[in-house]
Amino acid sequence: MKLSLGPVLFYWDKAQLGNFYAEMSALPLDVIYLGETVCSKRRAFSLDQWLGLARELQACGQAQIVLSSLTLIEAASELSSLRRLCDNGQLLVEANDMGAVQFMAERKLPFVGGPALNLYNGHALGQLLDSGMIRWVPPVECSAALIGDVLEQVRDMGREVPEVEIFSYGHLPLAYSARCFTARAENRPKDDCQFCCINYPDGLALSSQEGQQLFTLNGIQTMSGEVTNLLADYTALQACGADVLRLSPRAQGMAEVVTAFDKVRQGEAPPLFVEGCNGYWHGHAGMLKVEEAGLC
Amino acid sequence: MQLVCPAGNLPALKAAVRQGADAVYVGFRDDTNARHFAGLNMDDKQFDAAVAHIRQHQRKLYVAVNTYPQPKGWERWQRAVDRAADFGVDALIAADPGVLSYASQRHPRLALHLSVQGSATHAAALAFYAQRYDIRRAVLPRVLSLAQVRQVAAGSPVPIEVFGFGSLCIMAEGRCHLSSYITGESPNLCGVCSPAKAVRWSEDAQGLSARLSEVLIDRYTPEEPAGYPTLCKGRFLVGGKRFHALEEPTSLDTLDLLPELTAIGVEAVKIEGRQRSPAYVEQVTRVWRAALDAHQAAPQRFRVREEWRQVLAGLSEGSQTTLGAYHRSWQ
Repeated sequence: MKLSLGPVLFYWDKAQLGNFYAEMSALPLDVIYLGETVCSKRRAFSLDQWLGLARELQACGQAQIVLSSLTLIEAASELSSLRRLCDNGQLLVEANDMGAVQFMAERKLPFVGGPALNLYNGHALGQLLDSGMIRWVPPVECSAALIGDVLEQVRDMGREVPEVEIFSYGHLPLAYSARCFTARAENRPKDDCQFCCINYPDGLALSSQEGQQLFTLNGIQTMSGEVTNLLADYTALQACGADVLRLSPRAQGMAEVVTAFDKVRQGEAPPLFVEGCNGYWHGHAGMLKVEEAGLC
Repeated sequence: MQLVCPAGNLPALKAAVRQGADAVYVGFRDDTNARHFAGLNMDDKQFDAAVAHIRQHQRKLYVAVNTYPQPKGWERWQRAVDRAADFGVDALIAADPGVLSYASQRHPRLALHLSVQGSATHAAALAFYAQRYDIRRAVLPRVLSLAQVRQVAAGSPVPIEVFGFGSLCIMAEGRCHLSSYITGESPNLCGVCSPAKAVRWSEDAQGLSARLSEVLIDRYTPEEPAGYPTLCKGRFLVGGKRFHALEEPTSLDTLDLLPELTAIGVEAVKIEGRQRSPAYVEQVTRVWRAALDAHQAAPQRFRVREEWRQVLAGLSEGSQTTLGAYHRSWQ
């Protein structure tokens, strides 16, 4: 089982990004995704700087470096940036939009199909395999059973299944909008957002009027309020055909998260219970916790 | 510009036709379409009648098969595509690459429209569907500003359809899992958002509470109008403040943009609301037909009439309308 570090979904400044990747580079990660996937206005790193960071990470470790593309493309400038990203000439690309799929297919280059692509059945997956997809990150709302069914359908079609990467830890990216909800919460128009999401390195919590934690606002992205954690479900992850487990960066404690997942894949028994939600994995509402999952 | 109106049943279809819809879009009575609500949509007999009515009045009939099939239900989506082709509908509205591929290969004469659920917001994404499945039209998600719609239309390999009026999805369609996170059922997989079966109303000393899977979406005082608890339109707490953190109950209304949308070359304008009553469809279609005709007759003198505004506001969520993402300030 491989471990991957997903792209940083929050807006961190250059120093925080630098320190974070310096720490991560020493950890047993097999794949590291870099790049801005949420908002094109965030410019702590330019494309060239991401590529520079990729070279540094490649020089000091074995991890495969992948460049993740922006998820919601609206402006012509964003489409141009997407084209440049697909033309980077060095790194594998994670396509988070069908435009990225189209660009990679035109260039006859392999790509990773990110979790924002709507791929829920073998026939759809086959279309993307024809376009060059070599690794599939299912939408975060997919259950273990659904993922298993999709892979079985792909095999039944006489096709080889791609590598499968499961979003296993972190706030789940749930929705994308034209509206910036962080700016709205601060009563600012999006066009004058003052980059206020940089003040929330773990996002901005949204709860019900009864104080129940529901969502996390992250600019134009809405994430789960709870962190998902599938470590207790490790055996089921293996059984369903997962090749890679994605750990999505948080501002604090990521080294401990990577270490905990690494120990389990090295043979340590998975914990019977962990904090966080795992409802989607078990075919329920995403926010639910199916306890003692390890016993299932 | 073509007027495309919704129908969840035969009376709504007839109302749309009566008031001048150029095309009506419908769904089959199962989870193959994004309005999979109890009592809605058409069985085969009703479908036969719908086709006959549309043909008699020389309009177009579109069928939405626009949810994402799961492997266990794949044959149901295949059947839906086959049925649409057998009925001789004028277009199939779909989003899933597997469904689009099947339809284009099995029924090459069936015109395909990319559903808004396909989330294609720019020319490169549209090229993906145009090159592989020969789509004839694409419905744009409600996330683009007017300037962005203009750019997309200019670079698009296919004609564009946009939303003109109705409930406002504030998230990019096809890219929202909020409903399944709370209730387990999502638009992509189940054709529902904030499903009615998950709703529970209760009244106590604190007021009228609207819950979805027991999560409090909003709470109203006796003076406040209460709306359906669509989870993105509730009042929540952020930083200690209680407000409509995502969006207020409001409907999209773009009558004011009619001249611009026409100038851009938008091929069709879509009215949302297959879940709405025949009376709703009748009134909205009447207003939009009148507006489109008035604009076509005298583009320079086009003004939105107060009467149109009042009718549409009366039919809107929270009795208010917005230009949504078309207008930058909304974003």
